[in-house]
Amino acid sequence: MINKVIQDAQEAVKDIPSGAFLMMGGFGLSGIPENCISALLKRNINGLTIVSNNAGVDDFGIGLLLKKKMVKKMISSYVGENAEFERQLLSGELEVDLIPQGTLAERVRAGGAGIPAFFTPAGVGTEVAEGKEIREFDGKLYLMERWLRADFSLVKAWKGDTAGNLIFKGTARNFNPIMAAAGKICIAEVEELVPAGELDPNQIHTPGIYVQRIFEGKDYEKRIEQRTVSHS
Amino acid sequence: MLTKEQIAQRIAQEVQNGQYINLGIGIPTLVANYIPEDLEVVLQSENGLLGIGPFPTEYKIDPDLINAGKQTITMVKGSGLFNSAESFAMIRGGHVHLTILGAMEVSENGDIANWKIPGKMVKGMGGAMDLVASAENIIVAMQHCSRSGDSKLLKECSLPITGIRCVKKIVTDLAVLEIAPEGGFILKERAPGVSVEEIQSKTEGKLIIEGEIPEMKF
Repeated sequence: MINKVIQDAQEAVKDIPSGAFLMMGGFGLSGIPENCISALLKRNINGLTIVSNNAGVDDFGIGLLLKKKMVKKMISSYVGENAEFERQLLSGELEVDLIPQGTLAERVRAGGAGIPAFFTPAGVGTEVAEGKEIREFDGKLYLMERWLRADFSLVKAWKGDTAGNLIFKGTARNFNPIMAAAGKICIAEVEELVPAGELDPNQIHTPGIYVQRIFEGKDYEKRIEQRTVSHS
Repeated sequence: MLTKEQIAQRIAQEVQNGQYINLGIGIPTLVANYIPEDLEVVLQSENGLLGIGPFPTEYKIDPDLINAGKQTITMVKGSGLFNSAESFAMIRGGHVHLTILGAMEVSENGDIANWKIPGKMVKGMGGAMDLVASAENIIVAMQHCSRSGDSKLLKECSLPITGIRCVKKIVTDLAVLEIAPEGGFILKERAPGVSVEEIQSKTEGKLIIEGEIPEMKF
């Protein structure tokens, strides 16, 4: 098996240049590449474009990269949890493309699957449709959306093996598998890294072909945004 | 006037056995608390879960298990997990039977606005545009008027819209209404103690009143 293992997060992101086009997995703070974000913070780069469903919170996740002014543009579907984001956006320091979540997911999926464009009903009749081709299929209107592909995709999995196969846990899967496929170089950080052969091939969510670099992350905080409990 | 919980409770009466349902953030999330126990339904969370269960007890909290509102949740027996593209494939593909979501404005032809207030709020649409463009059955939970007393049931939406001609039914703190195929809000039920005249005065769009309008029952 081809060995994809590298030392750590620092080595994983060392060649990401200023101006790079990145994807980062995660929904809210669940399933975000915490170790890679920390390592990026230590790099002296800027002008990044980041595709990520959300933009973290002020003091965690992508919010940290925003605070350090490393991000030129965000491509996201919902950014409501981040005051610094809103400030930079309203002041014009940050560019933002807001995209319907399903369209965002499908654009990423299409990028990884080699489909340059597709038609979706989401956004027809809204400002999302401005400047886009509209076509009628079987009596309903659809708009054309293009694929998204990244220089680097940064994903987080629960378990991985040395061949780059990944298994996710719970709803921390979200955008991670499709982003793995849509990055020219996919960097996967995992909570537990095992030798090839130890994961059940029947249970693999992301086949190793999509992953170029893998390492075992450490000190996962897994911060919770909305801690809701029942008392019964 | 209904409380938020009562709006959720009234919407829960619309739920049918065997449905797969997507609940939006806010009042729609509360609907889950009122679905009758003898109904078998499955709640979809667009971040990748079919089978949302109740909030966890303190010691069962799992940061890798949240709903679309980023709240910690549990899974019911028979749940399934999947990625975000798969999640919206089942939404766009018409496999989700019922979508319940909040709105800032609804127009009399069924347009909905709920994602943006220009110059003020830039949070994004999340999954709302995909949901309203694809679901067969969309019920909106909302307040009938804004805090300043302006009607939110309009001839035309004033805010940037989320989807066109998609809303089927609306439950507000004052009334249950349906969108007529040719346009207009058909008044179906009144909140207890609320008069038809009050609803009329607080509905800017065309209100269609046919016969005696019953009070909601709980």
